[in-house]
Amino acid sequence: MFDGTFSFEALQDAMPILLNEFPLAVWETVYVTILSTAFAIIIGLPLGVLLVAGDKNGVLPLPRGVMSVLGVVINLLRSVPFLILMILVFPLTRLIVGTTVGTVASIVPLVIAAFPFVARLVESSLRELDPNIIEAAQSMGASPFQIIMKVMIPESVPSLISNFTIAITTILGYSAMSGIIGGGGLGKIAINYGYYRYQYLIMFVAVILLIILVQIFQSVGDRWAIHSDKRLKR
Amino acid sequence: MIELKHLSKSFVTADGKVEALKDVNLTIRNGEIYGIIGMSGAGKSTLVRCINMLERPTEGSVIIDDRDIGALSENELRRIRRNITMIFQGFNLLMQRTCLKNVCFPLELAGMNRAEAKKKAMELLETVGLPDKANSYPAQLSGGQKQRVAIARALATEPEVLLCDEATSALDPKTTHSILKLIREINRNFGITVIIITHQMSVIEEVCERVAILDEGVVVEEGEVGSVFANPRSAAARRLVFPEGNEIIVPEESGDERRLRVVFNGAEATTKPLITQMAVDVGIAANILSASTRCIGDKVFGNMLLGVDGGEEAVAKVCDYLQKAGEIVVEEVKNDV
Ligand SMILES: Nc1ncnc2c1ncn2[C@@H]1O[C@H](COP(=O)(O)OP(=O)(O)O)[C@@H](O)[C@H]1O
Ligand SMILES: [Mg+2]
Repeated sequence: MFDGTFSFEALQDAMPILLNEFPLAVWETVYVTILSTAFAIIIGLPLGVLLVAGDKNGVLPLPRGVMSVLGVVINLLRSVPFLILMILVFPLTRLIVGTTVGTVASIVPLVIAAFPFVARLVESSLRELDPNIIEAAQSMGASPFQIIMKVMIPESVPSLISNFTIAITTILGYSAMSGIIGGGGLGKIAINYGYYRYQYLIMFVAVILLIILVQIFQSVGDRWAIHSDKRLKR
Repeated sequence: MIELKHLSKSFVTADGKVEALKDVNLTIRNGEIYGIIGMSGAGKSTLVRCINMLERPTEGSVIIDDRDIGALSENELRRIRRNITMIFQGFNLLMQRTCLKNVCFPLELAGMNRAEAKKKAMELLETVGLPDKANSYPAQLSGGQKQRVAIARALATEPEVLLCDEATSALDPKTTHSILKLIREINRNFGITVIIITHQMSVIEEVCERVAILDEGVVVEEGEVGSVFANPRSAAARRLVFPEGNEIIVPEESGDERRLRVVFNGAEATTKPLITQMAVDVGIAANILSASTRCIGDKVFGNMLLGVDGGEEAVAKVCDYLQKAGEIVVEEVKNDV
């Protein structure tokens, strides 16, 4: 199937696409990923905080019903396969962006798919925190809101950065998938040329670029997480 | 004055009800250093957490300067907690903040402006002897230094009461000593009432004026440190005073050696060891077979097993000599000890 993929002719065919379409595709993938992650964090962070603080042993216990609904919604959204979710949110996408195709339009389903995931990641970060530190803050007269804003979140920053790194690399993968139904970027190129026109060379290049992007996000995130952690002696 | 009246606390857990505190009644005077000692699981932490209502007692009340703390709203409680601060075994510092920012933390909570809080925090770091660590992070400090920062933080809101829950239990003896010294200075210089929770008798001996012994949620003894430890009546108190156990293991009998059990009930400790002095004074060299004694203040408690050669006459002399020293009971031990 891949016969002649790396032949001179194939390269000749691919060259104009590599030069003309790839720079824009890389840029689209990067900004869709970053924007989607940012929105997913904006929604997911408060929800993750709520999952921990609202727990019956948390700093701001919420009614059990509220917590169950929250849990179920998050689990539901997380269990729908991304491509199906993308189709399901078409109406919402149209409402917000005005269209369901294109790079910007793919941000909506990406955010919907990612924020529950981010909420769970935030939850796990915050649960790592030593409960004695929260108790100490309570003993000093901190209110639940102060504990969240001044203790839980700031003390979890290194772990949150690590988890947001996981989120951004996952979202990058989803954004490539969104190329199948209207999304832009490297995913779209890989599918259009590789799958529909059998120009596998282009597909390989797109995949390699995706791998490189994942590597870059991951190593920047790791370094940032380590650098921000004041528990490490330096 | 802190009054605990008929304080009880029970927890409902998966395997039944745990009664952590049972009808605790204590009065702690303003400005004193009060010790609460007990074995692990005795309910000490629960007791101290009831004092600032981190734990709501199931029954009874906590009255601080004639105010019933249990009747306060959450908001009022938060305000009161600035006045009853706490230090912990694990220090519980914010690991992502510098020491200075840690000390600023309670001031931030209280709404003090940044510059003022910083200035105050700096003064407090000087009080605890760590002005050069202002910009270090807790991870860069030793245990003793971390506890000093925690003390500075606890003092920031100018409290009237400092609660110390096993504050020295994670520290080595020398560091423990220096932290206790600091706590005593703070008590004297700022007139802060201090409640010290510990499982170590040495801690109580070193700084406390009065002590309560807590055993399985019950206060079994209470009073001046000297008198409680001098005459431990309850089993729990004896366990704490003689943690190695005061039951003597009797070695094999040899020859015509006679054995005497010597019980010290608060005898004056002298500069010269009593048994050595006896050898000089009455010319009988007793053999110390085993001993479990300790000094509390300047008094000796515990018991000792002596082997004495020389028959009835020598035994009588020894008994006579030791009993004259006061607060000592001597009895002869037969084979069936
Ligand atoms: N939140 C809780 N839930 C259930 N049981 C508890 C809780 N806190 C303390 N206990 C129980 O109460 C008893 C006293 O605990 P604690 O006050 O921590 O003792 P100490 O500090 O003297 O070691 C223990 O048996 C402990 O298991
Ligand atoms: Mg404890």
